[in-house]
Amino acid sequence: MILLDRVTKTYARDLGPALDRISLHVDPKEFVIVIGQSGAGKTTLLRLLTREERPTSGKIIIGGIDYDKLKDKDIPMLRRKIGVVFQDFKLLPNKNVFENVAYALEIVGVSNREIRHTVPKVLSIVNLKGKEKYMPLQLSGGEQQRVAIARAIVRQPRILIADEPTGNLDPKHAWDVIKVLERINRYGTTVLLTTHNQEIVNKLKRRVVTIRDGKITSDRANAGYNRA
Amino acid sequence: MQRRLITFWRIIHTGIVNFMRNVTLAVAAIAVMVVTLTIVLISLITNATFANTISQITDKIDVSVFLQDSDTPAQTQQLISELKHLPNVKSLQYLTKAQALQQYEQQNAGNQQLQVAITETSNPLPATILIKPVNLNQIQDIKTFLTKPAIAALQSDQPSYSGDREVAINKITHATDVLRKIGIVTVVVFALICALIIFNTIQMAIFNRRDEISIQRLLGASTSYIRGPFVVESAIYGILSAVFSVLIVNSAFLASSGALQATSLGLLDINYANQYFDAHFWQFLALQLVLGIVLGAVSATIATRRYLKFKTK
Repeated sequence: MILLDRVTKTYARDLGPALDRISLHVDPKEFVIVIGQSGAGKTTLLRLLTREERPTSGKIIIGGIDYDKLKDKDIPMLRRKIGVVFQDFKLLPNKNVFENVAYALEIVGVSNREIRHTVPKVLSIVNLKGKEKYMPLQLSGGEQQRVAIARAIVRQPRILIADEPTGNLDPKHAWDVIKVLERINRYGTTVLLTTHNQEIVNKLKRRVVTIRDGKITSDRANAGYNRA
Repeated sequence: MQRRLITFWRIIHTGIVNFMRNVTLAVAAIAVMVVTLTIVLISLITNATFANTISQITDKIDVSVFLQDSDTPAQTQQLISELKHLPNVKSLQYLTKAQALQQYEQQNAGNQQLQVAITETSNPLPATILIKPVNLNQIQDIKTFLTKPAIAALQSDQPSYSGDREVAINKITHATDVLRKIGIVTVVVFALICALIIFNTIQMAIFNRRDEISIQRLLGASTSYIRGPFVVESAIYGILSAVFSVLIVNSAFLASSGALQATSLGLLDINYANQYFDAHFWQFLALQLVLGIVLGAVSATIATRRYLKFKTK
């Protein structure tokens, strides 16, 4: 599903590489947690996957799409196949919950009837039923993040990338968000999660990839934070 | 296909909504676009009016060739036929001696002395060929032909070239050429200023919505889906400006014909300009709409380009 082969990303020569010859293979339906200190290269890795950045060298293939052969005009098509959840939610402040989720469908030309049918279903998956009319600022951080998740999954992507989705949340809300991610994974979506949260990593007992100074230092199945 | 239609409609809808939200920002862009389109419109009408004035004057001008009384009808026919083949001859008219006299009498109907002088002698006027040239500025080929010895021999007098009027016509033609050039330069300058102000307006709109655009990008919105509303917004500036410019010119004509009762400003025949504008009203409106929409859409497309590029390194 996700394949990185000796991927290096250098922003400036005198700074050294943000990612240094990283190789990673993620199978379909897998739940992978990427951990590492701030500045280790986690966000760079995710930005490469969403093609916000281009690797300096190496190969990236996601869902059969070879990034080397990807033309600029095809980048939107790629992004429609990947759901992304951001640490800062990136919700549209002037749209309500329903509209924020619907937006992901609008931009790909889904009809209003289909939107009215699909969005409530997805909102109930993330436990936001009844909050359709709320504006983002009227919601707690955890609820906002669940709106962001609903938006990321409403198009039923095969891959969901979550960049520190619990970073701005208290433990209770963080755990709500993680539970939603687990449920989505059970439905068959490949999930790639980056986090700092030791407790979450230890509880989840999933595959954990550790990045340090731009290199993968460990890659273990059913791992916890302590052993990373 | 249906998805495309839905997307197309959403782009138009978003463009209209954005326009309503940014209406104060749009005022400057619309104002300068109205000025640009009004100048275009006035230039077009002025040009047509000058062209009409010139053609009215030039229609009255001809070259008169005075024939010898001794010329045979065959020689005259031969000359007419040769003249007809000259490229700069638009039309020609042959006047017999009797017709020439008749015309002379008509032209001088008020002058009793001249009338008497004419009847006292036998008809002194020669048979005449009146030539209307296509282009007054290129009358030289007709002159060259008429001064050939064989042709000159058939003539009783030097041909008349309506000399002073030709000079006047040249002056008018020159003046209208200069005016046309000034018109073109003014239109180009204003179009550029207009494009820059639209750039600015759109860039401010983009700046206000940059977060939204980056989110749209990350969610997989296509370039045209993001750019479309901006283009629609600018096209609305164009549509409004086109309507305003036509209304302004229309009001100006109403004011000039009603209040001032002016019919002519020197060479600019206001009545003709008014008629010309009325006769071509829908064409002008259509042209202004096309110009406005194109100017707006092109400016917006260029203004959004740099914000919609993907990272290439």
